[in-house]
Amino acid sequence: MLFDKFQTMANFQAELASRHVAPFGAVTEKILSATEGVVQGRNVILAGTNNYLGLSCDVRCIKAAQEAVARWGTGTTGSRLANGSFTEHQALETEIAQFYGVGHAIVFSTGYSATMGMCATLAGQGDVILLDADSHASIYSGVKQSGAEVIRFKHNNPEDLAKRLLRLGDRAQNALIIAEGIYSMLGDVAPLQEIAAVKREYGGCLFVDEAHSMGVLGATGRGAAQAAGVEADVDFFAGTFSKSLGSVGGFCVSRHPELEAIRFCISAYIFTASSSPSVVASTREALRIITAEPQLRQKLWSNAHQLYAGLKALGLTVGPSASPVVAVEMEDRSATIDCWKALMEAGVYVNLVIPPASPSTNFLLRNSVSAAHTTAQIDTIIAGYASLITAGLITPNSKAQ
Amino acid sequence: MTDYQEYLNFLYSALESQNKKQLALSEDTTLVADIGLSSLEVMEFIEKIEDHFDISIPLNILPDVNTIGDLAKKVRELNL
Repeated sequence: MLFDKFQTMANFQAELASRHVAPFGAVTEKILSATEGVVQGRNVILAGTNNYLGLSCDVRCIKAAQEAVARWGTGTTGSRLANGSFTEHQALETEIAQFYGVGHAIVFSTGYSATMGMCATLAGQGDVILLDADSHASIYSGVKQSGAEVIRFKHNNPEDLAKRLLRLGDRAQNALIIAEGIYSMLGDVAPLQEIAAVKREYGGCLFVDEAHSMGVLGATGRGAAQAAGVEADVDFFAGTFSKSLGSVGGFCVSRHPELEAIRFCISAYIFTASSSPSVVASTREALRIITAEPQLRQKLWSNAHQLYAGLKALGLTVGPSASPVVAVEMEDRSATIDCWKALMEAGVYVNLVIPPASPSTNFLLRNSVSAAHTTAQIDTIIAGYASLITAGLITPNSKAQ
Repeated sequence: MTDYQEYLNFLYSALESQNKKQLALSEDTTLVADIGLSSLEVMEFIEKIEDHFDISIPLNILPDVNTIGDLAKKVRELNL
């Protein structure tokens, strides 16, 4: 039967319903601030939003969006290649290219379409793509469509990448190497200095997805490559507007003038409507703010260190170093679901992540920190986790009961 | 050049820790339906093979691989 393959998921959803828990697609009924809302009838601290700088609720971004919607209407109703290129889109492309100090940029309607579209288009039949094993689903989707030969290298492992490039021989010169800045599930940062060194030794073209690191890392917020001092080795940067910039949309920027021709070959760019002008206007304002206000990044990192240290002190299994994404890893599915529900009841919303969305067979309670969180809110989140231990839902070494 | 049976034997031994149902493995045993490997476990298994033979196995071959025998043939081709 056509639908048989969905039975496992239907059973899982039925199990969640029988336990009166809805972690996937939890409905937000009201946004009170960048860090507080009403979710499934409860007032909660939002600790699973990727709203790293809190700009989704910044009054300046809201005003920019309001003015744009009054000026341009609610949508473009068309593709960038037809009627959907407004001066707002062009201006954002100029500004995001300037932000990265390169000459060329494409703005997409979503972050997913930016990475998926670029990965599907840059390499084609006869080419080779080497991607980090823990790459985002949008990257996997793109490389699958590309027609290129697709090879995974071990996560954050430059030696494994080097080994695989060596095996390619002369083909390595033309390979597309794909890595991310910060990996979205565990918050770990790519060793881009080492990856760039491998690229310099063996050749290839380096594509870095800064979705979770733009606005978060680097002296001016360009991301992990800037923080590592290897931007000159990166051929293409991709990213999203839906995290640190608080809106929606994606981008790819490059120093290569060929990006202008590539634009006309990307299905995910051509065959979809362009972003609403109000979304673009708020993104432009957010980009201006992250450039002018580096203190937002400092506050984000202060909060990230506070949460990481607090959860680590509780004895929970977290990543190797502090990051705006702090994931608590658990081994038992049922216990993780119970913990998610208990955190909601304690007034804390986090993300529940199950394999294969998590990078291993572990289950995750994924927290994302915002510059807009107060110190007291971070303390409340930590207290929520402490209450899980008190209730016997999780043991300090994270072995779920 | 290693013979097909040698590839099969390596795959049988490499699957030992993941063969939780303790099935008697043959070249017709399917990785997902019979052994019950998850997508993550399939990738872990692939990494083991890559490390052993010092080869890279492109993801593109996976849609054509159902059984241990399918995989042994693909690995043999890649290792020629």
